[in-house]
Amino acid sequence: MGEEVKVFGYWASPYSYRAELALKLKGVSYEYINEDIFGNKSDLLLKYNPIHKKVPVLLHNGKPIVESLVILEYIEETWKQNPYLPQDPYDKATARFWIKFIDEKCFPTLWLAAWSPENEREKVTNEACEYLKTLESALNGKKFFGGETIGMVDIVASSVGYFIRVTQEIMGLNLLSADKFPQLFQWSEDFANCSIVKESLPPRDKLLPFVKGLIAKYQQDNAKA
Amino acid sequence: MAGELVLLDFWPSPFGMRSRIALAEKGIPYEYREEDLRNKSDLLLQMNPVHKKIPVLIHNGKPVCESVIQVQYIDEVWHDKAPLIPSDPYQRAVARFWVDFIDKKIYELGSKIWKTKGEEQANAKKEFIECLKLLEGELGDKTYFGGESLGYVDVALVPFYSWFYAYEKCGDFSIEAECPKMIAWVKRCMQKESVAKSLPDQEKVYEFILHLKKVFGIE
Repeated sequence: MGEEVKVFGYWASPYSYRAELALKLKGVSYEYINEDIFGNKSDLLLKYNPIHKKVPVLLHNGKPIVESLVILEYIEETWKQNPYLPQDPYDKATARFWIKFIDEKCFPTLWLAAWSPENEREKVTNEACEYLKTLESALNGKKFFGGETIGMVDIVASSVGYFIRVTQEIMGLNLLSADKFPQLFQWSEDFANCSIVKESLPPRDKLLPFVKGLIAKYQQDNAKA
Repeated sequence: MAGELVLLDFWPSPFGMRSRIALAEKGIPYEYREEDLRNKSDLLLQMNPVHKKIPVLIHNGKPVCESVIQVQYIDEVWHDKAPLIPSDPYQRAVARFWVDFIDKKIYELGSKIWKTKGEEQANAKKEFIECLKLLEGELGDKTYFGGESLGYVDVALVPFYSWFYAYEKCGDFSIEAECPKMIAWVKRCMQKESVAKSLPDQEKVYEFILHLKKVFGIE
């Protein structure tokens, strides 16, 4: 039953992480290839994702699947154990709604809030807080967005619950705080404490200096401009 | 049974058109309600409090927002009639990829074509054509993106055809000259009643764009 599963990713990428977590939740073994996305992308990556040229790429028996959300849906449909999307079409539509919200609004705005120059930061931060408030309402008293166990919304929200929290620590921002968003904060703690999540997240002590370096370079490049 | 399904929509919205086509393809009756976007109804604000946007599909009183989510929902609930999304996971992933591509590129680039001038407009036109050519490549020799019948990618893309005339007039170019295969595909789609009845007249859309330009003070 030889099944070839490969992930082309980047260790610090929140998008790449989604694909890996999904495979781990399903208990699917895969080969991980770390791409040098800031330096030289491999020929294989460019072959498998010619349009966007990005990670993650999932390769299943030689066939490439790209874009993290497309990958997550594919993994769910291909490996039926430990489902992370609801079966009911309406509940599924609701999950997809929150996934889109996180991906298109919540995460990008939070990321921007960390990177924005001082004079623009307040406006973006206010917007980000509104989005966090809305995201918190989606939890609705549940432990995870998926209910008692991690669902696809949780997988996608890892970009907010973990990667953004690390970034804001560097920037001295306190957006996702326990007192402002107690439910969401608790969710991010519970999520990061799941054993499967804990062992697969890029370690904080490696991620912190990396993001610091990225931000410093960005600020440097923009100071020159 | 029409009371069960309501579509809150706005006539020129390509996103609304997607759901109209999906419902028509499956022969599902529904109530169409036109929203005045300058004066949104209480129902719209209640059913889509997060984005306050159309289209919203209300099924048995419960809202489904976002056009791609609606089309998937419609396909899943009424799965026995005219399936739009492939059943094979890999084919589904390919279809989802292209719908994502259309969502990321076509609307935004099209908007730039009618909203901007000079270099910004020229760049938008160039990229717009490049994207259509990539889509032509994906279509290949198939009748539709979905193969022999209309599929998810067809439903996601064809609504933008109603805006092509407006793009061409504002951008002073011919989409057919650059992408004849795309227009040939459009014409095949337009022969289907579900598509022809869901798309507004191109001239009407162009008038609407001209009106918007005036309102926004765009020359």
